[in-house]
Amino acid sequence: MLPIISGRCVSLKPLSDWMRTPRLSCVRVGNMAATTYDVAIEIGGMTVVVRTDSSEFARLLRDRYGPFVLDAGWPAEAPGAGGATREPQAVDRLEKSEALNHLAHGESRPLGEPGTTSNREYPVSSFRLHVELLPPGIMSDAEDARVRLQNGRWVMERGDFRAECDPERRRGWVRQSANPYSIDAVMRMLHSLLLARDGGFLVHAASAIRNGRAFLFAGVSGAGKTTISRLAPPDVVLLTDEISYVRRGVQGTGNRAQGTGNSAQGRGEAEGGNTLGAQNNTQQRTDRIENVAPPIFPVPYSLFPAFVAFGTPFAGELARIGENLRAPIAALYLLGQGPGNTIQDVSQAEAVRALLQNILFFAHDQELVRLVFESAHDFVRQVPVRRLVFMPDGRVWNLIR
Amino acid sequence: MSPLYIARSTEIAARQLGDEMVVMSARDSTLFSLNNVGLVIWQAADGRTPLEEIVKEKVCAEFEITPEEALKDAESFVRELAGHGIMKVSDKPFE
Repeated sequence: MLPIISGRCVSLKPLSDWMRTPRLSCVRVGNMAATTYDVAIEIGGMTVVVRTDSSEFARLLRDRYGPFVLDAGWPAEAPGAGGATREPQAVDRLEKSEALNHLAHGESRPLGEPGTTSNREYPVSSFRLHVELLPPGIMSDAEDARVRLQNGRWVMERGDFRAECDPERRRGWVRQSANPYSIDAVMRMLHSLLLARDGGFLVHAASAIRNGRAFLFAGVSGAGKTTISRLAPPDVVLLTDEISYVRRGVQGTGNRAQGTGNSAQGRGEAEGGNTLGAQNNTQQRTDRIENVAPPIFPVPYSLFPAFVAFGTPFAGELARIGENLRAPIAALYLLGQGPGNTIQDVSQAEAVRALLQNILFFAHDQELVRLVFESAHDFVRQVPVRRLVFMPDGRVWNLIR
Repeated sequence: MSPLYIARSTEIAARQLGDEMVVMSARDSTLFSLNNVGLVIWQAADGRTPLEEIVKEKVCAEFEITPEEALKDAESFVRELAGHGIMKVSDKPFE
C-alpha cells in the first residue's frame, strides 16, 4: 500500500453546524405604525444598518449588540432635524413594498437604489438590512441554514428566517419573527460573506488582547475556548469566546476601517477613565495603523500587521459579549487540553488545515471559497500558529504574552 | 483494460506547503491534503499521460511497490478526488 495515495480528506464544518436554530423566544411586536427605526451595528469595522418598523425589536437589537451599536441611528432622525430631535421618520413605502414582494416571491427583481432612504449619515460602505417581522410560528422548523448565490445575490435561509442580500448595492431584506437569534444568524452569515471578499474571515476561536496584541485560540466545541477565556487575568481584554473576527491589516482595511477608527475613538473618549490601560494602548496603536501609509522600510509587525482581530458580539458558553476593540494578531493557538501547559510548533500545512476547519465557511460560491482559501494560507504564512496544550488553571496565561 | 487519463479540475484552490499539497474543492469545500506520493500524481495529471504510465514512471521509480499495487491504489485515489470534483478522470485524453 502506498503511503498516501489515500490523500487525507477533511470535510469542513458545514454551515448547518454553526447555525442550528436555538429555542426561539420572541418579543411581542407592537402596532406596525408608519415609523421606522434604524439600528446601526458596527462589527469588525463594517456597519450594518438594520431597519425595522418595531420599536420593541429595535430595542431588542440595542440590548443584544450593546457596545457594537452606533448611537446615531436610533430612532432614525428626520432629515434636517438635527441631532437633538428624535422624531421617527416616515417609511419609504415604495421601497418597503418592493422589498417585501421581493422576499415573498424569491425571484429576481430590481432593487431600490442605495441611499434613497432618508438616513444618510452612515458610512457609504454601510450595509442596509430591512427586517420584516412576522408573527411567531409562521416559518418552518427546519434547523439547517443554507446560503446560496442566486442572480448575484446571497440567499440565506433557515426555518426561522429568509434573507436576501445584494453585495454590490449593499442592501438586503430579512423576514423573521421578532427574536434575536434569527438576525444574529443573518449577521454572522453576512459578515462572513462580506469578509471573504475583503480578505478576512470569521473563525471558530476565542480571542483576547494582551499588551496591545491579539491572541486567537481556535478549536472545536470542548477544546477549551470558553475555559481559557474564563481563566484570563484582569489585564486581558476579551474580544470573544466563540467567533473571532479577522481582517487583513494595512492593505485590507481601507476607508471602512478608517471610519471605524473614528467611531471607536469617539467611544473611547466618551468612556474616559473607565477604559483599561490596555484598551487605550490598543486604540492608539490601531489608529496609527490606519492613518499612516505603509512604509517602504522594515518596521515592527505590530505597527503594520498583516491581520487584525476585532471584538464580536457573538458569544459562546461564556454568554458575555466581547469588547468592541481591535488589535494586531500576534499568534493563533490551536487548543488542546492536557496534563500541563506547553506550546508546540506545528507545520504550515497542519496550521492551514486546522484554520480552514474552523473558519465559518460557505460552500456554494466558488469565488468565495478560493478567497477564503487564499486568506487562510496568507494568514499562516504571516502569523505564528502553534498548538497550545493546557490544563484548566490560570497559569496557562503565563505563556501568552 | 482501457487507459485512464487524469486532469486537475479548474474548480479548486491549491497550495503546496513543503512536501504537502493542500487542495480544496471550490464546489463543496472539501479539503484534501496530499503527501509526497499524492503530490507526484497530482503534478503529473496533465490530462494526456495515462495513469498507468504516471504510476510506472513517477511512482514506482521512487517507491518500493509493484506496479499492480500502485496502480490499484492510484486508481482508488484519483476516483476519490474525482468524486469531490478535484480531479477529472476519463478513458480518453483531455483536450
